[in-house]
Amino acid sequence: MSSNNPRRFGVGEALGRSLLPVVIAVVVALGIDWFVPASSYAEKILFDIGINIILAVSLNMVNGLTGQFSIGHAGFMAVGVYASIVVTYYGGYALWGDVGKHAGLAGAGIYFASIVIGGIVAAVAGYVVGLPSLRLRGDYLAIVTLGFGEIIRVLLQATEPVLYPSEMKDVGSFARVFHLGGALGFSHGQSYNTLAWTWTAVAVTLLVAYRLRTSTHGRAFLSVRENEIAAEAIGVSTTRYKVSAFVLAAFFAGVAGALFAHTLGAGTASRPEEFNFMKSFDAVIMVVLGGMGSISGATLAATVLTLMTEALRSVQDYRLISYALLLIVVMIVRPKGLFGTREIWELRQWKRR
Amino acid sequence: MTAFLQFLLKGVSVGSLYALIALGYTMVYGILSFINFAHSDIFMLGAFFAWRFATAFQMMQPSPLGAAGLLLLAMAGAAVTGFLVERLAYRPLRHAPRINVLITAIGVSLLIENAGQLIFGKSVVQFPTMAGLSDATFALAGVNVRVIEVVAVVAAFALMLGLQWLVYGTKIGRGMRALSVDHQVAGLMGIPVDRVISFTFVIGSALAGAAGLLVGVTYGQIKQPADASWLLYGLKAFVAAVIGGIGNIPGAMVGGLVLGLSEQFVAGYVSTTFRDAIAFGLLIFILLVRPSGLLGRRVVEKV
Repeated sequence: MSSNNPRRFGVGEALGRSLLPVVIAVVVALGIDWFVPASSYAEKILFDIGINIILAVSLNMVNGLTGQFSIGHAGFMAVGVYASIVVTYYGGYALWGDVGKHAGLAGAGIYFASIVIGGIVAAVAGYVVGLPSLRLRGDYLAIVTLGFGEIIRVLLQATEPVLYPSEMKDVGSFARVFHLGGALGFSHGQSYNTLAWTWTAVAVTLLVAYRLRTSTHGRAFLSVRENEIAAEAIGVSTTRYKVSAFVLAAFFAGVAGALFAHTLGAGTASRPEEFNFMKSFDAVIMVVLGGMGSISGATLAATVLTLMTEALRSVQDYRLISYALLLIVVMIVRPKGLFGTREIWELRQWKRR
Repeated sequence: MTAFLQFLLKGVSVGSLYALIALGYTMVYGILSFINFAHSDIFMLGAFFAWRFATAFQMMQPSPLGAAGLLLLAMAGAAVTGFLVERLAYRPLRHAPRINVLITAIGVSLLIENAGQLIFGKSVVQFPTMAGLSDATFALAGVNVRVIEVVAVVAAFALMLGLQWLVYGTKIGRGMRALSVDHQVAGLMGIPVDRVISFTFVIGSALAGAAGLLVGVTYGQIKQPADASWLLYGLKAFVAAVIGGIGNIPGAMVGGLVLGLSEQFVAGYVSTTFRDAIAFGLLIFILLVRPSGLLGRRVVEKV
């Protein structure tokens, strides 16, 4: 291995290595966007798959790489949903005096800002949730993350009704943030999302996850997963890495939420109720089936499960039963999930064992 | 003052139901150290078994004797389910990492919920009205008290005392206490480990089944099996167990009452919206301040 004598990159090569995959991803995503007809069934499924991949891969950073068990991921997604809607709706009003869809560069700019801000606000929430993880592990941590998810849902349900443009004058520009529609949901979201945005975000998530796994930080995550006490003993700040895992995972869950919020047609409400623990369990099932710690496994599981959900829509009741059975059987027969901690392209190495 | 008394009574009755469910969580956690997520579904099944048997035997308005029969049937049904869950899903994972058991428990929970949807239907059903229980009230210090709420409190206390006796006064109880210390050593001392664990699940599930029936009678109707409110109710009961000190039987009672009362007072004096957040807020607070719970003992972590 080259680890004995690390090769140093020049600035140009380093930039190329980090930006080139993103550039390729944008081109591919634009290609998908151009190829798939707008408002088609295929487009809807590709939206769902993309968002679920981001959710599963980000949850995998906590549950798979760091070995902490979080089952409140939908809470972070909800934070992303609402933070991003605030940016596009109330932000759009503040900028243009209009909450409608802005085409062209202005629309793209505010949508990009809403995705990033959705992610950042969710990351802050992730920091708050990550803090108790310092003291808790296993089941207790799981139930606390679930609890946080529920608290976020309840807080969102307690917000004020959405403001119509004509009512904006009556409320201070900061106080508008608390007008999120309450339990009825935010019913004025705009459909800014396109496949190009979604799949670029998917590519960035995968890139970050994969690069992370092979980086110093990622190895620290892995060491926390494998043996927390040993990791602490060799000088890994387990506290810091556990919190950063939560923050990073929450950021991408927020991004998924921002994409989700702007995928719905205008007039469709995103209700806090949708982001309860059942939604979190969906993400957990994807990570667990794919293999806790396997990025490609989580991606594959998210894709297959999303497609299965669509294919089995007519037999909905049996679908959920079969997922539950699958989860139990996999846990008994293949306790580490289908791909364990390995990636799909490492298949060859399986045979040797 | 009347309002205060009303919240107090309601809090005590809801809290007793939490406590009844919490006993099952606390026993399983004490012995196997994992959260039996499926416990809330067994609690749900208790309510549905009672309803199903009542419709099958045409006892929608059962006599007191019939009601007692329904209670026994609900407890038996829940106990059988609990036994099967342990035998088929948890026992193969006895030596697996705890995370795997937790994931399996979530799987079992989803399985029971969705199988329940298929069997019991997807609509809200009217629960049998028990003569002298469902509607009867009496006045106490200017507050109307429902008889069922008093019954719930008395039943919860009685079952808790019975359980306390079972754990501290019988041979199998001694086995349970031994298991909570060390499985291997308990096995070496001649305790039939698997049988004691099965017994624990049976008892905990029967209590949850009883709680299911009491909840059904209290609310008059029950929601569909996969409704999120069932799992939420169960999780709150788990929170009650943690507040009181997990693995501790009087602790479950104390935790249930603390939780029930805080929920009712917050719902009454602040807003009902925040009621669902109270449990988890309390949980986080307790875990940060006193992780072993109000009545629990501190445990030093071993390498």
